[in-house]
Amino acid sequence: MAKRLGSQTIILDKQPVILSGAGIVGKKEGDGPLSRYFDDVVDDEYAGEKTFEAAESRILRDTFIKALEKSGKSSTDINIILSGDLLNQCTAASYAFRDVDTPYLGLFGACSTMSESLAIASMLIDGGSVDYAVCAASSHFCSAERQFRYPLEFGSQRTPTSQWTVTGAGAVILGKEGQGPKITCITPGKIIDEGIKDSNNMGAAMSPAAYDTIRSHLIDTGRSVDDFDMILTGDLGSFGSTMLRDLLNRSNIDLKNKHKDCGMIIFDLEKQGVGCGGSGCGCSAVVLSTYILNLFMQGAIKRLLFIATGALLSPTRIQQGETIPGIAHAVLIEA
Amino acid sequence: MKKQISKHEYQRLVDEKAPGSHYVKNLFAAFITGGAICSVGQIVMLVFKNFGADKETTASATSIIMIFIGAFLTGINIYDEIGKFGGAGASVPITGFSNSIVSPAMEFKKEGHVMGVGAKMFLIAGPVLVYGIFASVVAGLVYFIWKQVM
Repeated sequence: MAKRLGSQTIILDKQPVILSGAGIVGKKEGDGPLSRYFDDVVDDEYAGEKTFEAAESRILRDTFIKALEKSGKSSTDINIILSGDLLNQCTAASYAFRDVDTPYLGLFGACSTMSESLAIASMLIDGGSVDYAVCAASSHFCSAERQFRYPLEFGSQRTPTSQWTVTGAGAVILGKEGQGPKITCITPGKIIDEGIKDSNNMGAAMSPAAYDTIRSHLIDTGRSVDDFDMILTGDLGSFGSTMLRDLLNRSNIDLKNKHKDCGMIIFDLEKQGVGCGGSGCGCSAVVLSTYILNLFMQGAIKRLLFIATGALLSPTRIQQGETIPGIAHAVLIEA
Repeated sequence: MKKQISKHEYQRLVDEKAPGSHYVKNLFAAFITGGAICSVGQIVMLVFKNFGADKETTASATSIIMIFIGAFLTGINIYDEIGKFGGAGASVPITGFSNSIVSPAMEFKKEGHVMGVGAKMFLIAGPVLVYGIFASVVAGLVYFIWKQVM
Protein backbone atom coordinates (compact mmCIF):
# COMPACT_ATOMS: atom_id res chain seq x y z
CA MET A 1 0.00 0.00 0.00
CA ALA A 2 1.01 3.57 -0.55
CA LYS A 3 2.17 5.62 2.37
CA ARG A 4 1.92 9.27 3.19
CA LEU A 5 5.07 11.26 3.56
CA GLY A 6 5.13 14.67 5.16
CA SER A 7 2.14 16.91 4.72
CA GLN A 8 1.12 16.24 1.13
CA THR A 9 3.20 13.59 -0.56
CA ILE A 10 2.25 9.97 -1.27
CA ILE A 11 4.87 7.30 -1.95
CA LEU A 12 3.49 4.55 -4.17
CA ASP A 13 4.22 0.98 -3.36
CA LYS A 14 3.22 -0.79 -6.57
CA GLN A 15 4.67 1.93 -8.83
CA PRO A 16 2.46 1.97 -11.94
CA VAL A 17 4.21 1.76 -15.30
CA ILE A 18 3.67 4.10 -18.23
CA LEU A 19 3.27 1.48 -20.97
CA SER A 20 2.83 3.90 -23.84
CA GLY A 21 1.88 7.44 -24.75
CA ALA A 22 0.49 9.21 -27.77
CA GLY A 23 -0.05 12.80 -28.78
CA ILE A 24 -1.93 14.35 -31.68
CA VAL A 25 -1.75 18.10 -32.32
CA GLY A 26 -2.98 20.85 -34.60
CA LYS A 27 -1.08 22.58 -37.40
CA LYS A 28 0.56 25.36 -35.39
CA GLU A 29 1.94 22.85 -32.86
CA GLY A 30 3.02 20.66 -35.78
CA ASP A 31 5.05 23.62 -37.07
CA GLY A 32 6.75 23.97 -33.68
CA PRO A 33 10.07 22.59 -32.42
CA LEU A 34 8.61 19.24 -31.19
CA SER A 35 6.94 18.32 -34.49
CA ARG A 36 8.85 15.08 -35.06
CA TYR A 37 7.70 13.60 -31.75
CA PHE A 38 3.96 13.84 -32.39
CA ASP A 39 2.01 10.82 -33.60
CA ASP A 40 -0.09 12.90 -35.96
CA VAL A 41 -0.62 16.51 -36.97
CA VAL A 42 -4.17 17.51 -37.91
CA ASP A 43 -4.01 20.36 -40.42
CA ASP A 44 -7.78 20.94 -40.51
CA GLU A 45 -8.89 22.85 -37.41
CA TYR A 46 -12.24 21.05 -37.64
CA ALA A 47 -10.48 17.64 -37.86
CA GLY A 48 -13.15 16.58 -40.35
CA GLU A 49 -15.98 17.40 -37.93
CA LYS A 50 -18.60 20.15 -38.05
CA THR A 51 -17.71 22.06 -34.89
CA PHE A 52 -14.57 22.84 -32.89
CA GLU A 53 -15.93 20.98 -29.86
CA ALA A 54 -16.47 17.87 -31.98
CA ALA A 55 -12.99 18.33 -33.44
CA GLU A 56 -11.45 18.35 -29.97
CA SER A 57 -13.34 15.16 -29.04
CA ARG A 58 -12.20 13.56 -32.27
CA ILE A 59 -8.55 14.40 -31.63
CA LEU A 60 -8.83 13.10 -28.04
CA ARG A 61 -10.44 9.83 -29.12
CA ASP A 62 -7.89 9.29 -31.90
CA THR A 63 -5.09 9.92 -29.39
CA PHE A 64 -6.61 7.36 -27.01
CA ILE A 65 -6.80 4.78 -29.80
CA LYS A 66 -3.20 5.52 -30.83
CA ALA A 67 -1.93 5.13 -27.26
CA LEU A 68 -3.80 1.82 -26.93
CA GLU A 69 -2.29 0.55 -30.18
CA LYS A 70 1.21 1.42 -29.02
CA SER A 71 0.71 -0.33 -25.68
CA GLY A 72 -0.47 -3.56 -27.31
CA LYS A 73 -3.56 -3.53 -25.09
CA SER A 74 -7.17 -3.58 -26.23
CA SER A 75 -9.91 -1.37 -24.86
CA THR A 76 -11.30 -4.34 -22.91
CA ASP A 77 -8.04 -4.52 -20.92
CA ILE A 78 -8.55 -0.98 -19.70
CA ASN A 79 -10.43 -0.73 -16.41
CA ILE A 80 -10.87 3.01 -16.36
CA ILE A 81 -10.40 6.19 -18.37
CA LEU A 82 -9.48 9.37 -16.50
CA SER A 83 -9.75 12.37 -18.73
CA GLY A 84 -10.71 16.01 -18.86
CA ASP A 85 -10.46 19.25 -20.78
CA LEU A 86 -11.12 22.98 -20.50
CA LEU A 87 -14.66 23.12 -21.81
CA ASN A 88 -17.77 23.46 -19.66
CA GLN A 89 -19.05 20.06 -18.50
CA CYS A 90 -15.79 18.46 -19.75
CA THR A 91 -17.48 18.40 -23.14
CA ALA A 92 -14.52 17.18 -25.18
CA ALA A 93 -13.83 14.15 -22.96
CA SER A 94 -17.46 13.15 -22.41
CA TYR A 95 -18.16 13.10 -26.14
CA ALA A 96 -14.82 11.54 -27.01
CA PHE A 97 -15.42 8.50 -24.83
CA ARG A 98 -19.19 8.05 -25.15
CA ASP A 99 -18.74 5.28 -27.73
CA VAL A 100 -15.89 3.62 -25.86
CA ASP A 101 -17.09 0.67 -23.80
CA THR A 102 -14.94 1.47 -20.74
CA PRO A 103 -15.72 3.09 -17.38
CA TYR A 104 -14.90 6.77 -17.41
CA LEU A 105 -14.19 9.38 -14.76
CA GLY A 106 -14.30 12.97 -15.99
CA LEU A 107 -11.82 15.34 -14.37
CA PHE A 108 -11.56 19.07 -14.21
CA GLY A 109 -8.28 20.55 -13.09
CA ALA A 110 -7.97 23.14 -15.86
CA CYS A 111 -4.50 22.79 -17.37
CA SER A 112 -3.35 20.60 -14.47
CA THR A 113 -5.65 17.78 -15.66
CA MET A 114 -2.84 15.56 -16.97
CA SER A 115 -1.00 15.33 -13.66
CA GLU A 116 -4.32 15.06 -11.82
CA SER A 117 -5.31 12.05 -13.93
CA LEU A 118 -1.86 10.46 -13.52
CA ALA A 119 -2.02 10.97 -9.76
CA ILE A 120 -5.49 9.43 -9.39
CA ALA A 121 -4.80 6.54 -11.76
CA SER A 122 -1.56 5.77 -9.91
CA MET A 123 -3.38 5.60 -6.59
CA LEU A 124 -6.10 3.38 -8.10
CA ILE A 125 -3.50 0.98 -9.49
CA ASP A 126 -1.50 1.08 -6.29
CA GLY A 127 -4.63 0.27 -4.29
CA GLY A 128 -5.22 -2.76 -6.49
CA SER A 129 -8.64 -1.77 -7.79
CA VAL A 130 -7.43 -1.03 -11.32
CA ASP A 131 -4.96 -2.94 -13.49
CA TYR A 132 -4.79 -0.69 -16.52
CA ALA A 133 -5.90 2.93 -16.82
CA VAL A 134 -5.89 5.61 -19.50
CA CYS A 135 -4.90 9.14 -18.50
CA ALA A 136 -5.70 11.75 -21.10
CA ALA A 137 -6.35 15.46 -21.56
CA SER A 138 -7.12 17.74 -24.48
CA SER A 139 -7.58 21.33 -25.51
CA HIS A 140 -8.37 23.12 -28.75
CA PHE A 141 -7.43 26.71 -29.53
CA CYS A 142 -10.74 27.48 -31.27
CA SER A 143 -13.09 25.84 -28.73
CA ALA A 144 -11.22 27.54 -25.86
CA GLU A 145 -11.24 30.94 -27.59
CA ARG A 146 -14.99 30.89 -28.10
CA GLN A 147 -15.64 29.83 -24.51
CA PHE A 148 -13.13 32.07 -22.74
CA ARG A 149 -12.36 34.93 -25.11
CA TYR A 150 -13.71 36.41 -28.32
CA PRO A 151 -15.02 34.98 -31.59
CA LEU A 152 -12.16 33.92 -33.85
CA GLU A 153 -12.82 36.55 -36.51
CA PHE A 154 -13.00 39.42 -34.01
CA GLY A 155 -10.06 41.75 -34.62
CA SER A 156 -8.27 42.32 -31.34
CA GLN A 157 -4.76 42.46 -29.94
CA ARG A 158 -3.42 40.10 -27.30
CA THR A 159 -1.68 41.39 -24.23
CA PRO A 160 2.01 40.44 -24.00
CA THR A 161 1.44 38.14 -20.99
CA SER A 162 -1.27 36.11 -22.73
CA GLN A 163 -0.69 32.53 -23.81
CA TRP A 164 -1.80 30.45 -26.76
CA THR A 165 -4.12 27.47 -26.12
CA VAL A 166 -2.59 24.34 -27.60
CA THR A 167 -4.70 22.32 -30.01
CA GLY A 168 -3.95 18.75 -29.16
CA ALA A 169 -4.48 15.77 -26.93
CA GLY A 170 -2.13 13.53 -25.02
CA ALA A 171 -2.86 10.11 -23.58
CA VAL A 172 -0.81 7.56 -21.68
CA ILE A 173 -1.64 3.98 -20.76
CA LEU A 174 -0.79 3.20 -17.16
CA GLY A 175 -0.47 -0.41 -16.03
CA LYS A 176 0.30 -2.39 -12.90
CA GLU A 177 3.18 -4.10 -14.69
CA GLY A 178 5.17 -3.90 -17.90
CA GLN A 179 8.04 -2.05 -19.50
CA GLY A 180 8.44 1.69 -19.17
CA PRO A 181 9.03 4.54 -16.75
CA LYS A 182 7.29 4.23 -13.40
CA ILE A 183 5.30 6.65 -11.31
CA THR A 184 6.78 6.43 -7.85
CA CYS A 185 5.50 9.37 -5.92
CA ILE A 186 2.82 12.06 -6.14
CA THR A 187 2.24 15.38 -4.44
CA PRO A 188 -1.33 16.64 -4.96
CA GLY A 189 -1.37 20.43 -4.84
CA LYS A 190 -3.37 22.88 -2.80
CA ILE A 191 -5.42 25.67 -4.33
CA ILE A 192 -3.29 28.79 -4.13
CA ASP A 193 -4.71 32.22 -4.95
CA GLU A 194 -2.34 35.14 -4.78
CA GLY A 195 -4.88 37.66 -5.96
CA ILE A 196 -4.20 37.84 -9.70
CA LYS A 197 -7.28 39.18 -11.52
CA ASP A 198 -5.95 39.42 -15.06
CA SER A 199 -7.22 36.48 -17.09
CA ASN A 200 -4.59 37.38 -19.70
CA ASN A 201 -1.87 36.60 -17.21
CA MET A 202 -2.42 32.95 -16.30
CA GLY A 203 1.30 32.37 -15.79
CA ALA A 204 1.33 34.76 -12.84
CA ALA A 205 -1.86 33.18 -11.44
CA MET A 206 -0.39 29.65 -11.58
CA SER A 207 3.22 30.13 -10.55
CA PRO A 208 2.49 30.48 -6.78
CA ALA A 209 0.71 27.08 -6.96
CA ALA A 210 3.67 25.52 -8.79
CA TYR A 211 5.99 27.07 -6.22
CA ASP A 212 3.97 25.66 -3.34
CA THR A 213 3.77 22.13 -4.77
CA ILE A 214 7.45 21.97 -5.73
CA ARG A 215 8.49 23.28 -2.33
CA SER A 216 6.18 20.83 -0.50
CA HIS A 217 7.48 17.93 -2.57
CA LEU A 218 11.10 18.80 -1.79
CA ILE A 219 10.39 19.23 1.93
CA ASP A 220 8.26 16.05 2.20
CA THR A 221 10.77 13.85 0.36
CA GLY A 222 13.93 15.50 1.64
CA ARG A 223 15.17 15.81 -1.92
CA SER A 224 16.92 18.74 -3.55
CA VAL A 225 16.76 20.10 -7.11
CA ASP A 226 19.96 18.20 -7.95
CA ASP A 227 18.17 14.88 -7.44
CA PHE A 228 16.11 15.41 -10.59
CA ASP A 229 17.10 15.28 -14.24
CA MET A 230 14.28 17.63 -15.09
CA ILE A 231 11.57 19.60 -13.31
CA LEU A 232 8.85 20.04 -15.90
CA THR A 233 6.00 22.49 -15.31
CA GLY A 234 2.84 22.46 -17.41
CA ASP A 235 2.09 25.81 -18.93
CA LEU A 236 3.51 28.63 -16.86
CA GLY A 237 4.92 30.17 -20.03
CA SER A 238 7.93 32.46 -20.03
CA PHE A 239 6.53 35.00 -17.58
CA GLY A 240 5.09 32.42 -15.18
CA SER A 241 8.43 30.61 -15.22
CA THR A 242 10.22 33.83 -14.31
CA MET A 243 7.83 34.29 -11.39
CA LEU A 244 8.31 30.66 -10.29
CA ARG A 245 12.09 31.07 -10.21
CA ASP A 246 11.72 34.30 -8.29
CA LEU A 247 9.42 32.74 -5.68
CA LEU A 248 11.66 29.68 -5.27
CA ASN A 249 14.76 31.86 -4.95
CA ARG A 250 13.11 33.59 -2.01
CA SER A 251 12.94 30.13 -0.35
CA ASN A 252 16.56 29.49 -1.29
CA ILE A 253 15.62 26.92 -3.92
CA ASP A 254 17.55 27.32 -7.15
CA LEU A 255 16.12 25.47 -10.17
CA LYS A 256 19.46 25.85 -11.98
CA ASN A 257 19.16 24.45 -15.49
CA LYS A 258 16.73 21.70 -14.47
CA HIS A 259 13.51 23.55 -15.16
CA LYS A 260 11.59 23.25 -18.41
CA ASP A 261 8.05 24.37 -19.15
CA CYS A 262 5.83 22.50 -21.65
CA GLY A 263 4.29 25.80 -22.78
CA MET A 264 7.71 27.13 -23.69
CA ILE A 265 9.03 24.08 -25.51
CA ILE A 266 5.98 23.22 -27.61
CA PHE A 267 6.20 26.51 -29.55
CA ASP A 268 8.97 28.70 -30.84
CA LEU A 269 8.17 31.77 -28.74
CA GLU A 270 10.16 34.10 -30.97
CA LYS A 271 8.74 33.05 -34.31
CA GLN A 272 5.25 31.66 -33.70
CA GLY A 273 3.54 34.69 -32.12
CA VAL A 274 2.13 32.84 -29.10
CA GLY A 275 2.75 35.46 -26.40
CA CYS A 276 4.36 33.86 -23.36
CA GLY A 277 3.90 30.33 -24.71
CA GLY A 278 1.41 27.49 -25.00
CA SER A 279 -1.31 26.67 -22.50
CA GLY A 280 -4.33 24.40 -22.12
CA CYS A 281 -4.81 20.85 -20.84
CA GLY A 282 -3.46 19.52 -24.11
CA CYS A 283 -0.16 21.39 -23.73
CA SER A 284 1.38 19.42 -20.88
CA ALA A 285 -0.48 16.24 -21.87
CA VAL A 286 0.92 16.14 -25.37
CA VAL A 287 4.47 17.14 -24.37
CA LEU A 288 4.59 14.46 -21.67
CA SER A 289 3.03 11.73 -23.81
CA THR A 290 5.38 12.26 -26.75
CA TYR A 291 8.61 14.21 -26.26
CA ILE A 292 9.18 13.38 -22.59
CA LEU A 293 8.41 9.66 -22.93
CA ASN A 294 10.81 9.66 -25.84
CA LEU A 295 13.53 11.13 -23.60
CA PHE A 296 12.87 8.32 -21.12
CA MET A 297 13.08 5.70 -23.89
CA GLN A 298 16.42 7.09 -25.02
CA GLY A 299 17.67 7.11 -21.45
CA ALA A 300 18.28 10.87 -21.63
CA ILE A 301 16.41 11.41 -18.36
CA LYS A 302 15.88 9.07 -15.46
CA ARG A 303 13.99 11.06 -12.88
CA LEU A 304 11.45 13.72 -13.78
CA LEU A 305 9.17 15.78 -11.59
CA PHE A 306 6.13 16.58 -13.71
CA ILE A 307 3.98 19.43 -12.41
CA ALA A 308 1.04 20.32 -14.65
CA THR A 309 -0.31 23.70 -13.58
CA GLY A 310 -3.89 24.92 -13.80
CA ALA A 311 -5.61 28.28 -13.51
CA LEU A 312 -9.01 27.37 -12.06
CA LEU A 313 -10.52 30.35 -13.79
CA SER A 314 -14.24 30.97 -13.92
CA PRO A 315 -15.23 33.69 -16.41
CA THR A 316 -18.35 34.33 -14.31
CA ARG A 317 -16.41 34.86 -11.08
CA ILE A 318 -13.83 37.03 -12.84
CA GLN A 319 -16.66 39.28 -14.08
CA GLN A 320 -17.91 39.41 -10.50
CA GLY A 321 -14.54 40.84 -9.50
CA GLU A 322 -12.94 37.65 -8.14
CA THR A 323 -9.34 36.52 -8.48
CA ILE A 324 -7.90 33.43 -10.20
CA PRO A 325 -7.13 30.37 -8.04
CA GLY A 326 -4.18 28.30 -9.21
CA ILE A 327 -3.33 24.64 -8.73
CA ALA A 328 -0.42 22.33 -9.48
CA HIS A 329 0.01 18.61 -8.89
CA ALA A 330 3.40 16.91 -8.94
CA VAL A 331 4.02 13.42 -10.25
CA LEU A 332 7.45 11.83 -9.96
CA ILE A 333 8.34 9.66 -12.93
CA GLU A 334 11.41 7.43 -12.76
CA ALA A 335 13.05 5.16 -15.32
CA MET B 1 1.54 28.87 0.86
CA LYS B 2 3.97 29.27 3.71
CA LYS B 3 4.52 32.80 2.82
CA GLN B 4 7.82 34.21 1.71
CA ILE B 5 5.88 37.04 0.11
CA SER B 6 2.53 38.70 0.80
CA LYS B 7 -0.37 38.81 -1.67
CA HIS B 8 0.10 42.51 -2.10
CA GLU B 9 3.83 42.19 -2.64
CA TYR B 10 3.31 39.39 -5.17
CA GLN B 11 0.95 41.52 -7.23
CA ARG B 12 3.38 44.41 -7.11
CA LEU B 13 6.15 42.08 -8.28
CA VAL B 14 3.97 40.78 -11.14
CA ASP B 15 3.15 44.33 -12.25
CA GLU B 16 6.81 45.23 -12.12
CA LYS B 17 8.11 42.21 -14.01
CA ALA B 18 5.31 41.61 -16.54
CA PRO B 19 6.36 42.30 -20.11
CA GLY B 20 4.67 45.53 -21.25
CA SER B 21 3.12 46.46 -24.57
CA HIS B 22 5.27 48.08 -27.25
CA TYR B 23 3.57 51.44 -27.04
CA VAL B 24 5.45 53.16 -29.85
CA LYS B 25 4.93 50.26 -32.26
CA ASN B 26 1.25 49.87 -31.27
CA LEU B 27 0.51 53.59 -31.54
CA PHE B 28 2.15 53.74 -34.95
CA ALA B 29 0.21 50.67 -36.18
CA ALA B 30 -3.06 52.10 -34.82
CA PHE B 31 -2.36 55.45 -36.49
CA ILE B 32 -1.62 53.86 -39.87
CA THR B 33 -4.58 51.43 -39.74
CA GLY B 34 -7.13 53.92 -38.43
CA GLY B 35 -5.84 56.54 -40.86
CA ALA B 36 -6.09 54.15 -43.82
CA ILE B 37 -9.67 53.14 -42.94
CA CYS B 38 -10.73 56.78 -42.55
CA SER B 39 -9.02 57.69 -45.84
CA VAL B 40 -11.09 55.05 -47.61
CA GLY B 41 -14.18 56.54 -45.95
CA GLN B 42 -13.13 59.99 -47.12
CA ILE B 43 -12.71 58.77 -50.71
CA VAL B 44 -16.17 57.17 -50.66
CA MET B 45 -17.60 60.42 -49.30
CA LEU B 46 -15.95 62.52 -52.00
CA VAL B 47 -17.22 60.21 -54.72
CA PHE B 48 -20.81 60.65 -53.46
CA LYS B 49 -20.35 64.41 -53.18
CA ASN B 50 -18.98 64.48 -56.71
CA PHE B 51 -22.12 62.81 -57.99
CA GLY B 52 -24.09 65.61 -56.36
CA ALA B 53 -25.54 63.80 -53.35
CA ASP B 54 -26.67 66.07 -50.51
CA LYS B 55 -24.90 66.12 -47.14
CA GLU B 56 -27.25 63.72 -45.37
CA THR B 57 -27.31 61.15 -48.18
CA THR B 58 -23.53 61.29 -48.45
CA ALA B 59 -23.08 60.63 -44.72
CA SER B 60 -25.53 57.71 -44.66
CA ALA B 61 -24.21 56.13 -47.84
CA THR B 62 -20.60 56.38 -46.61
CA SER B 63 -21.50 54.71 -43.31
CA ILE B 64 -23.37 51.93 -45.09
CA ILE B 65 -20.49 51.25 -47.45
CA MET B 66 -17.89 51.27 -44.64
CA ILE B 67 -20.05 48.87 -42.60
CA PHE B 68 -20.28 46.62 -45.63
CA ILE B 69 -16.50 46.68 -46.12
CA GLY B 70 -15.96 45.75 -42.45
CA ALA B 71 -18.47 42.90 -42.65
CA PHE B 72 -17.05 41.67 -45.94
CA LEU B 73 -13.45 41.65 -44.68
CA THR B 74 -14.63 39.80 -41.55
CA GLY B 75 -16.42 37.23 -43.68
CA ILE B 76 -13.33 36.46 -45.73
CA ASN B 77 -11.16 36.12 -42.57
CA ILE B 78 -9.12 39.29 -43.09
CA TYR B 79 -10.42 41.77 -40.52
CA ASP B 80 -9.07 39.80 -37.55
CA GLU B 81 -5.58 40.16 -39.04
CA ILE B 82 -6.12 43.90 -39.51
CA GLY B 83 -7.28 44.08 -35.87
CA LYS B 84 -4.28 42.10 -34.67
CA PHE B 85 -1.99 44.62 -36.37
CA GLY B 86 -3.90 47.85 -35.92
CA GLY B 87 -5.49 47.40 -32.48
CA ALA B 88 -7.70 50.37 -31.63
CA GLY B 89 -7.00 51.79 -35.10
CA ALA B 90 -9.08 48.91 -36.47
CA SER B 91 -11.72 48.67 -33.74
CA VAL B 92 -12.67 52.34 -33.28
CA PRO B 93 -13.81 53.15 -36.87
CA ILE B 94 -17.25 51.93 -37.95
CA THR B 95 -15.66 48.97 -39.78
CA GLY B 96 -14.57 47.66 -36.36
CA PHE B 97 -18.11 47.96 -35.06
CA SER B 98 -19.25 45.93 -38.04
CA ASN B 99 -16.55 43.34 -37.31
CA SER B 100 -17.71 43.08 -33.69
CA ILE B 101 -21.22 42.10 -34.85
CA VAL B 102 -20.37 39.90 -37.82
CA SER B 103 -17.66 37.87 -36.04
CA PRO B 104 -19.94 36.46 -33.28
CA ALA B 105 -22.69 35.92 -35.86
CA MET B 106 -20.28 33.73 -37.85
CA GLU B 107 -18.88 32.03 -34.77
CA PHE B 108 -22.21 31.06 -33.19
CA LYS B 109 -23.97 29.91 -36.37
CA LYS B 110 -23.27 26.33 -35.22
CA GLU B 111 -25.63 26.83 -32.26
CA GLY B 112 -28.53 27.67 -34.59
CA HIS B 113 -30.14 30.81 -35.94
CA VAL B 114 -32.11 31.70 -32.81
CA MET B 115 -29.98 30.78 -29.78
CA GLY B 116 -26.73 31.03 -31.76
CA VAL B 117 -26.69 33.91 -34.25
CA GLY B 118 -29.72 35.70 -32.76
CA ALA B 119 -28.70 35.55 -29.13
CA LYS B 120 -24.94 35.97 -29.52
CA MET B 121 -24.72 38.50 -32.37
CA PHE B 122 -24.49 41.51 -30.04
CA LEU B 123 -22.17 39.81 -27.56
CA ILE B 124 -19.46 42.43 -28.08
CA ALA B 125 -21.41 45.28 -29.65
CA GLY B 126 -24.28 45.01 -27.13
CA PRO B 127 -22.71 47.14 -24.39
CA VAL B 128 -21.63 49.71 -27.00
CA LEU B 129 -25.21 49.95 -28.27
CA VAL B 130 -26.77 50.09 -24.80
CA TYR B 131 -24.53 52.87 -23.52
CA GLY B 132 -24.32 54.60 -26.90
CA ILE B 133 -28.10 54.89 -27.09
CA PHE B 134 -28.31 55.83 -23.42
CA ALA B 135 -25.72 58.58 -23.92
CA SER B 136 -27.60 59.91 -26.94
CA VAL B 137 -30.85 60.05 -24.94
CA VAL B 138 -29.09 61.95 -22.15
CA ALA B 139 -27.51 64.33 -24.67
CA GLY B 140 -30.91 64.82 -26.32
CA LEU B 141 -32.55 65.64 -22.99
CA VAL B 142 -29.83 68.13 -22.09
CA TYR B 143 -30.18 69.72 -25.52
CA PHE B 144 -34.00 69.85 -25.16
CA ILE B 145 -33.86 71.47 -21.70
CA TRP B 146 -31.19 73.89 -22.85
CA LYS B 147 -33.45 74.97 -25.76
CA GLN B 148 -36.40 75.48 -23.40
CA VAL B 149 -34.40 77.56 -20.95
CA MET B 150 -32.56 79.71 -23.47
